[in-house]
Amino acid sequence: MEILHKQTEFKFMALRRVAVVVSAVIIVVGIVSLGVRGLNFGIDFTGGTLVEVSYDESVRIEAVRDTLKKADFDDALVQYFGTSRDIMVRLPARQDDTGAKLSSGLMEALRKPYNETLAQSRKGAAQQCVTGASTGAIDCRVQMRRVEFVGPQVGKELTEKGGLAMIYALIGILMYVAWRFEWRFAIGSVVALVHDVLVTVGLFSLLHLEFSLPVLAAILAVIGYSLNDTIVVFDRVRENFRKMRRGNVTEIMDRSINQTLPRTLLTSLTTLLVLLALFILGGEVIHGFATALIIGVIIGTYSSIFVASPVVLALGVTREDMMPVKKEGADQDRVAP
Amino acid sequence: MNQYPLWKYLIILAVILPGLLYAVPNLYGEDPGVQITGVRAFKVDEYVLSRMEKALNEGGVRWQKASLDASGVRLRFADTETQLKAKDLLQRELGDNFTVALNLMPATPDWLTSIGGVPMYLGLDLRGGVHFLMEVDVQGALTRAEDRYVADLRSSLREAKVRYLTVRRVPTGGIEIKFRDNDQRESGRGTIDRELPELQLKDEDRQGKPILLATIRPQQFEEIKKFALDQNMTALRNRVDELGVAEPVVQQQGDRRIVVQLPGVQDTAKAKEILGRTATLEVMMVDEEHDLQSAQKTSVPPGSKLFRQRRGGQILLQKRVIYSGDNVVDAAAGIDNQTGGPVVYITLDARGAAINQRITGKNIGKRMAVVYIEIKSETKRDADGTPVLDEQGNEVKVKRRIEEVITAPVVRDQLGKRFQIEGLDSIREAQDLALLLRAGALAAPIEIIEERTVGPSLGKDNIDKGFRSVLIGFVLVLIFMVVYYRLFGAVACGALMINLVLIVAVLSLFQATLTLPGVAGIVLTVGMAVDANVLIFERIREEIRNGNTPQASIHVGYDRALSTIVDANVTTLIAAIVLFNFGTGPIKGFAITLSIGIVTSMFTAILGTRGVINLIYGGRRVQRLSI
Repeated sequence: MEILHKQTEFKFMALRRVAVVVSAVIIVVGIVSLGVRGLNFGIDFTGGTLVEVSYDESVRIEAVRDTLKKADFDDALVQYFGTSRDIMVRLPARQDDTGAKLSSGLMEALRKPYNETLAQSRKGAAQQCVTGASTGAIDCRVQMRRVEFVGPQVGKELTEKGGLAMIYALIGILMYVAWRFEWRFAIGSVVALVHDVLVTVGLFSLLHLEFSLPVLAAILAVIGYSLNDTIVVFDRVRENFRKMRRGNVTEIMDRSINQTLPRTLLTSLTTLLVLLALFILGGEVIHGFATALIIGVIIGTYSSIFVASPVVLALGVTREDMMPVKKEGADQDRVAP
Repeated sequence: MNQYPLWKYLIILAVILPGLLYAVPNLYGEDPGVQITGVRAFKVDEYVLSRMEKALNEGGVRWQKASLDASGVRLRFADTETQLKAKDLLQRELGDNFTVALNLMPATPDWLTSIGGVPMYLGLDLRGGVHFLMEVDVQGALTRAEDRYVADLRSSLREAKVRYLTVRRVPTGGIEIKFRDNDQRESGRGTIDRELPELQLKDEDRQGKPILLATIRPQQFEEIKKFALDQNMTALRNRVDELGVAEPVVQQQGDRRIVVQLPGVQDTAKAKEILGRTATLEVMMVDEEHDLQSAQKTSVPPGSKLFRQRRGGQILLQKRVIYSGDNVVDAAAGIDNQTGGPVVYITLDARGAAINQRITGKNIGKRMAVVYIEIKSETKRDADGTPVLDEQGNEVKVKRRIEEVITAPVVRDQLGKRFQIEGLDSIREAQDLALLLRAGALAAPIEIIEERTVGPSLGKDNIDKGFRSVLIGFVLVLIFMVVYYRLFGAVACGALMINLVLIVAVLSLFQATLTLPGVAGIVLTVGMAVDANVLIFERIREEIRNGNTPQASIHVGYDRALSTIVDANVTTLIAAIVLFNFGTGPIKGFAITLSIGIVTSMFTAILGTRGVINLIYGGRRVQRLSI
């Protein structure tokens, strides 16, 4: 089976001006959204407390909100998490040093209406739920699924480190590509990567999706993935520069992209297949991560065709730049001393 | 054409066979078990083992096998009921000096374990448990050190008969010593340089008075920081032991942070309470006027008290506390220059030193005892040793003050700020004692700055969901490859499966932590691993289209695609390495599996598939390729 049976002859480079406009519009909209709405940072970055609990039956958000208000958690943000039995509570970072005590207090408050407490049990050695009705049930009606507390200092560090990581990754890639190819290609690939990051982050802002630590990891993975695509195209461009005697730079670029097109589409397809499996089956926790990767893979595929090569073209690469470097003096006769 | 020499196949086998072998431990389930570890200086040895054996046999509990290692001993049981019974029996037999924790142990057969075959190490997000990141208040430790130096400076100057006006700590840092005139300052400088060389001095003038501004030298500051961290680590380890958690982790992170991981713990409130507690030391004189036996038999004389000794037996001490752990600045094990025997060097602060000097001067030849004090909460037991239960069937907990004499050496000389404890049996004993003395000393304040708790139900969900998405994604890709590339696709699928086995094997072998993002990393590698094969196969198709023979197409296809694959993977690897260096727990997990996946996929997708393709098509005339 083949998707593209014949060698395609699309004129990609002719479309580069359209691509510039499309990319520019998306990026500008993204940046405006970043400026106006900002990013919906998760507690990994802002600091704060997050508690996820699971009830044995559906609960009303208002009821949970009331319960928390009574326990003086006025600033608690309550929302469903996946189903109507799962609740996620978020508290912003507080200045006072109550810190990690908050999360314990929060769990206690949530259990209170059910008269439940956790105690060390004889059976199973783990904890057992004790209710006021003294049923001694092993499972609480309110089950703690996850508690996260991040101090503000940790959040601040992460934001700094995250930005640095992005820059280091780009510098490393820039150097590697410049060494293996040529500086114009290095710039072309990095422009494509910055493009991918801006579009993905912009979309996260526009759709108001939560930007958490796993999302940041996903974006770094997208950098790796998108680069993968770009390198495959560049590799072919380099080969064709040396092989094709006829044809100008634009034609060589078009030919190279067309030759690698089946592979570009196929790999994106298999990766997307797996990511969709992760998105649908991976559960709420991994949702943001999968979303960022799916967006990134699509954008990365687009950018390796419509952004990376046009940039190299615009920087004025010539056939001579891609010829293997001859060693100086290699063709001269050896002269006896 | 297209034939591999034998050695290449041998290399492929040499990677795949051990890979299979080390992935196998993950297929075995887990047995209920009990893990016994010594608290503080206590170690599980042959003697303890024999006691355990006896207790279990008397209780009629059948246990499967025991493995003894540096951390303690592990026993296995057939079912959870026996496990619980054994835990009760052992806890009663061994008492407070050993932690008896319930645990699940991999049921890997012995022959596999003996060659290092162990299952993957699951992160807390998959197992459930608590993760704390704690920060040691370095500034607090520094402030405290400066407070100590203020007292030290006063006493040194006074002893050297140097007159000064005031010594005080400056809120912005440093210690200010004010003198009446320059002559006094000069003699003060001489004294301080001689007595307290770890202080750096600077001249200043304020309100017409000469001033010396003393700051702690950077080298000394590093020492203080390191000491504060070590001390907190030791204290945390001791307390974690008490939580009775199997496989706890207490680890340093950076120069001022400590990670504490407690698998399986759900009640974070209790964990926080125990971790936040401090132990302390008290030093008292041994009551040598009264007889120990008569005190034990009849009544303890007023002003004295009976104490338990760590080495066993009792000792009679005078109730008055001479100084406490707050005054201990440092304790370190070492070898005495003259005798060559093991010793523990102790450093006291100025107040402790002054008291020490006064008391020891009067009591040469008498014994001085160091008492370790900690408040423990433990299960209330009735006379038979069975736990007392409340109406809900839960164990009743009582708080108990643990007081133990860790050493009671004879005072040979008048002691001061620095002194040593001799007469220890081994360097090991010296190290343990130093550890205890440090753990008892007041540590720098510590604060929880990050908490991540995953409940057991979510942990199980995460495993199920992660496993399911890997499986489904994997099957989708397999189907796609076979439909699209036929025989070549099937070969690529085989490579993909081997790749998965290799990732699991590497993770198991190096015991890298597998987290949920780590599972996502595996999922992503599955998607990307086929990329190498897609590159090669597309190239082969291209060559065939260009009119090359099948054999030549295979050869050229693999050849040409190689550099592209390497370039593409190296750049992804760069991103993964940056992620690893930047990331904390979960992100690191992702970077690890991604990196491993990239390396193993290059091996299986290039070398592996080529080997199989060569076996199928190599060395014969081929009309058509099934691609």
